[in-house]
Amino acid sequence: MSDIEFPSKILENAVNEFSRLPGIGKKSALRLSLHILKQDKESVYRFAEAITTLIDEIKYCQNCFNISDSDICSICSNPRRDHSLVCVVENVRDVMAIENTHQYNGIYHVLGGLISPMDGTGPDDLTIAPLEEKLKKGEIKEIIFALSTTMEGDTTNFYLYRKFQNYPVKFTTIARGVAIGDELEYADEVTLGRSLVDRQPFEKNVQ
Amino acid sequence: MYLKHLNILNYKNIAQADPEFCDGINCFVGSNGAGKTNLLDSIYYLSFCKSFFNSVDSHNIHHDEDFFVIQGTFVRNDQEEQIYVALKRNQKKQFKRNKKEYGKLSEHIGLLPLVMISPSDERLITEGSDQRRKYIDSVVSQYNKLYLDHLIRYNRALSQRNALLKKYDQLNSGVAAQLDVWDEQLASLGEELYLRRSEFIEQLVPVFRELYSHISGGDETVDIVYSSHYQKGNVIELLAQNRARDLILGYTTIGIHKDDLSLLLSGRPVKKEGSQGQKKSFLIALKLAQFEFLAKYNGFSPILLLDDVFDKLDMHRGKRLIQLVGEGRFRQIFITDTQRERLEGIVNQTGKNSRFFEVVKGSVV
Ligand SMILES: [Zn+2]
Repeated sequence: MSDIEFPSKILENAVNEFSRLPGIGKKSALRLSLHILKQDKESVYRFAEAITTLIDEIKYCQNCFNISDSDICSICSNPRRDHSLVCVVENVRDVMAIENTHQYNGIYHVLGGLISPMDGTGPDDLTIAPLEEKLKKGEIKEIIFALSTTMEGDTTNFYLYRKFQNYPVKFTTIARGVAIGDELEYADEVTLGRSLVDRQPFEKNVQ
Repeated sequence: MYLKHLNILNYKNIAQADPEFCDGINCFVGSNGAGKTNLLDSIYYLSFCKSFFNSVDSHNIHHDEDFFVIQGTFVRNDQEEQIYVALKRNQKKQFKRNKKEYGKLSEHIGLLPLVMISPSDERLITEGSDQRRKYIDSVVSQYNKLYLDHLIRYNRALSQRNALLKKYDQLNSGVAAQLDVWDEQLASLGEELYLRRSEFIEQLVPVFRELYSHISGGDETVDIVYSSHYQKGNVIELLAQNRARDLILGYTTIGIHKDDLSLLLSGRPVKKEGSQGQKKSFLIALKLAQFEFLAKYNGFSPILLLDDVFDKLDMHRGKRLIQLVGEGRFRQIFITDTQRERLEGIVNQTGKNSRFFEVVKGSVV
């Protein structure tokens, strides 16, 4: 599709921007651009504003690195949640998946990725140091690893366990109702909810 | 198990074909380049989700077309199994069993056991150790689901460790802590794979020896010896000892990805010592041993594909091979040959049910 002839540079520019979004090819980008041209201006301005506000005003929770409107997210600032129970996840989508199960009453720690040298991600690129700070302060009683069961998820689990094993906390991992290689966010809610309830001590999962 | 009906559209040079097969010996005869081997390959595809020859999937599409479809109706445990594969250029391959799409292709591997004997088996003798590892992997994953899964994970961990080794050239505590984790994973997955490979070779060798002496008629001894780092000590320690070297080289030098098989004729490498005929017998015996192994494991005979086998065998060996076939350990066989009369002569000796198909310029007559 690189050979589309555009009647307008402005249109071409919009199509190029749209096609940088994940899963959007040139064809879909053209369809979206033409769709936007047919909308009334007010709604398009609202759309554009939502995008710029998103990038300008969104914050990351200083405690758990979840997406938040304030410095501390609504989960971390909720006094009814158990702050000694920390569920370690890869990203914000995992937080949303687990929250949707309504089975979990602790707080989260969002790593921001998994150890994957092929993608250039090492332990220093993840929020491992802040997690260790919390451990040092003795705020945590139990850490639940809820990373995907891919090679990278397992390796990150294992790395964290080795690094933190001397702290006096309990390490558990969500029970593997989730099939090998499945991403956490695709697991259905029933399976995920049950896995959280049935979580197991981490050593059991290491061969 | 047998294949009852095949329906091909645009697979390699075969524009369209829908042959009906017999539960016995099916023969494709025709001149070189007519498409006989492509017919075998389409059957192979239904079993392994890929071509025996072409690893680039889109190269299997007929050059004038946008897609290929292969459909096969198998009878397995008295039940019909409809297998469907379709590939459109630039799209994901569709693979279905009884109209239901597979989540992962690895779920299909092993459902329809099959053994192919082809002139390109020679690679096992002439080429590098990766060919021999590929051979073991393709057989073991046909009967052990977990094996393929472990292998995929092992290869992923290996690529990750290699990426780490390429990024750094000196060992510091940060790199060491990361290597520790990859080493543990590689060593434990590798051990599982090592054990499965050992078991397989151990069971294969006695059958292989017997088949070799049967086909060759000679009294030379043959052997297959499996070698692996796991026989040399604790792999975790070996990985740790070789870290400095691995960092300089930028890849992992220890592990099951370095395993090999020594193929021996009278105690010496068959590659150097064997005559053409001995090499040929060696490979056929190896493949037939694999067949016996899978038949025993599954409790039923795999499908056997013989590509151009009789052309390269002398009369003597060809006759012995056909004797084996006639002894009834085989059920459905597909054979290609350029000479109809020769093949008819051979097939009639087996006393088995047979059907002949003429292949002309990509069409089945
Ligand atoms: Zn938070």
